[in-house]
Amino acid sequence: MPTILTPPEIDRRHDRGTDRHLDVNDGDNGGRRPPTDKRTGGNGDGENWSNRPQGRRGPRERLSAARVGLFFALGGDLMFFVALVSIFFVDKSSGHFDAYGVYVHSWKATVIPEILWKNTAILLLSSLTAEIARQRMFDEKLAMDEWLGLGRPVSGRAGIWLGLTLVLGSMFLAGQWMAWRQLAAQGVFFSSSMSSHFFYLITVTHAVHLFLGIGALIGALLVLWRSRSMLTRQVLVDGTVWYWHVMGVLWVFLFALLEFGQ
Amino acid sequence: MKIFSTHHRIIGFGYLLISSIAVAVGTGLSLVMRLHLTWPDWSLPLHGPVLPEEYLALVTMHGTLMLFFVLTVAPQSGFGNLILPAQIGTRHMAFPRWNAAGMWLMLVALLVLLSAFIVPGGAPIGGWTAYPPLSESSLAGPGQGFGMDLWLASITLFGIAGTISAVNTLTTIVKLRCEGMTWERLPLTVWGWFTAAMLSVIAFSVLLAALVLLFCDRHLQSGFFVPANEWINGVMIPHRGDGSPLLWLHLFWFFGHPEVYIAVLPGMGLTSMVLANFARRRVFAYKLMIATTLLIGLLGILVWGHHMFVAGLNPFAGTVFSVASLAIAIPSAAKVLSWIATVWGSKSKQIRLTTPMLFALGFVSLFVTGGLSGPILAQPILDEYLHNTFFVVAHFHLIMAMAGVFGLLCATYYWYPLMFHRQLSEPLGKVHFWCTLAGAYATFLPMHLTGLGGEPRHYAQLNGIVKPANDLLSATMPMQRHITYSALLLAVSQVFFFWNILKTARQPSMTEENPWQATTLEWAPQPADEDELIRVYREPCQYGARGESFSPQWKPEIPLQHEAE
Repeated sequence: MPTILTPPEIDRRHDRGTDRHLDVNDGDNGGRRPPTDKRTGGNGDGENWSNRPQGRRGPRERLSAARVGLFFALGGDLMFFVALVSIFFVDKSSGHFDAYGVYVHSWKATVIPEILWKNTAILLLSSLTAEIARQRMFDEKLAMDEWLGLGRPVSGRAGIWLGLTLVLGSMFLAGQWMAWRQLAAQGVFFSSSMSSHFFYLITVTHAVHLFLGIGALIGALLVLWRSRSMLTRQVLVDGTVWYWHVMGVLWVFLFALLEFGQ
Repeated sequence: MKIFSTHHRIIGFGYLLISSIAVAVGTGLSLVMRLHLTWPDWSLPLHGPVLPEEYLALVTMHGTLMLFFVLTVAPQSGFGNLILPAQIGTRHMAFPRWNAAGMWLMLVALLVLLSAFIVPGGAPIGGWTAYPPLSESSLAGPGQGFGMDLWLASITLFGIAGTISAVNTLTTIVKLRCEGMTWERLPLTVWGWFTAAMLSVIAFSVLLAALVLLFCDRHLQSGFFVPANEWINGVMIPHRGDGSPLLWLHLFWFFGHPEVYIAVLPGMGLTSMVLANFARRRVFAYKLMIATTLLIGLLGILVWGHHMFVAGLNPFAGTVFSVASLAIAIPSAAKVLSWIATVWGSKSKQIRLTTPMLFALGFVSLFVTGGLSGPILAQPILDEYLHNTFFVVAHFHLIMAMAGVFGLLCATYYWYPLMFHRQLSEPLGKVHFWCTLAGAYATFLPMHLTGLGGEPRHYAQLNGIVKPANDLLSATMPMQRHITYSALLLAVSQVFFFWNILKTARQPSMTEENPWQATTLEWAPQPADEDELIRVYREPCQYGARGESFSPQWKPEIPLQHEAE
């Protein structure tokens, strides 16, 4: 994520200060400029989005703010799972002394339903389709077509892939539901044992996150369908897809922990 | 004024309103506790005598309200929304709608918490730390049933709302600083908000995980925090697993210790800026102050074990936590030295002892007084005796509660012209300050002595119990009376504050742009044009040699000559 954290020093560029070209309309794709992130601009004379006031430096600015926000939010969320996994290891190694003074280590691993392997494959595939949708949002040729008035190819192309992601994501959640049903049929419930606590805790909290992700996908699809602002569409799709990727990678770790770490 | 606004100023006022409700209720609860401790037979009007379990509920709700909804919400989210955007030169926060959602969620969290008073069984009695096994079962006492569930729900909502607010703050600081506002030029208040938000993002999530597990233990028979087959009052409660309350302590204090820094870091930043502004001198060792802010934040997440020295922690782990805790004294002492050095060289003619300045000096004083008992409690061998005594209560009330409140009052007096376009009366403000300072010290200093004398926390009654505890504890009764009178004085002193606000509200609004002659960007004149470029040319706190002249961050002229040397 190439983010310039520090705005440029004012003192270094006194020469450009006075004849700044300010235009409310052309920073956000509403006016004359194609919605691509060409830093050099096209007007000559050193016209450059970086010279504009903060908040008007082209489409990337809001996008990168959204990404930074998502980064911090996911960082916090990751701490939630770090806590869960730490407790998993603490409880896995703990035991107690029985009435005869014998140390009892009562951890019994929960057998993980086979279907989780398929679910994992589906989730990874959904990350792939999500990424293709994200790439379509930033396809310069599609954006130019749209700017020239040739329909809404960006929304169309990205929407298909995002819709596919939605289907695959729902399939993953349905698969998780089936895994819980299978365990329940075997008589393994949340309260059965220490390791079953963790199986349900980890899969359910992750599923809640994916459920929110499904909500975000639906939101992004609605925005793709309704919104005319390229920037709004890009921000929504980009944020949703990054969130989806992180949840996918997180699931791979959590699944590996449940499958091999018990 | 729109109520459902996404404007950061209105959201900031909303957060301050939430804190005002919490501080009013929390103060009331503490006075009832004091009156009951001193006169156990005293009966609360419209209620009757205070029962021991009711006393515990008062303790729990006082701590929860004050720490979560006052000391965290008001400095970080309240003033963070009111002042931070203007201070870094942006016209909006990064995510206005999320910001509004966070504020409303916080209000719901407060209402859920307060509703615990009126449900059957009443408010929870397990303390704001909710240690298991007391927090595990409704059999543990009145209030540990539905009241405790409400507490869990409230703190969960608080954690989510706090995280939203912190993410918004962080993104705003990282992405929306105006032209020329480099990291070195950020006011130290912004550094305080930044570090506190960073801690919030890290710590609140861990608290959320712990709350989820506690909920499972209470309702789904899991055993994360209690061993299998727990017996309470002859009733066996089945749990699966080999859990331990120690695990809750680890998780809770991993959140709980950063929490106290979240409460006090914005106040530290503000103190630096206010001291510099009224001493008319630059902040001594500005970059070091930035570094110490971050270092306090970093060490703050590594020292949670010092709350657990007597909880059955491995002694070697205790030593590590002890060393890390003592290490916090280094950046803290560096801060105090900078505050003193900033004010020290100020000539008597140039120092301006205004009300905000007095409250900032009061912050330093309380920070030193409360801080000195920190290294004492950070040593396991001393903590062995002092743990769970009023010595600890004295320590954290001085360094966190009173310093935090002085930070908030300093912020209110200092930024009042920005908030309401009026200036609070100086004479009334000074009376308020001296009464509050005297009340704070008179209330909390003697608690060190009663603590050393053996007074435990969470005891509803100190006299009339069996010997020899009675001999020990009833000896503290004269001191208890003194503390109670002082606490009443402290509470009544706030009348001057409200009188001041009411008096000022009738006055016409002021037109002066920068009454304190401050150098930071929030005092810049309002631009006529919404699209006008905001930019910053230099670091804050640039004053002339004798303090009359000053170069605000927003003025383009060349910095003062004598400052360049």
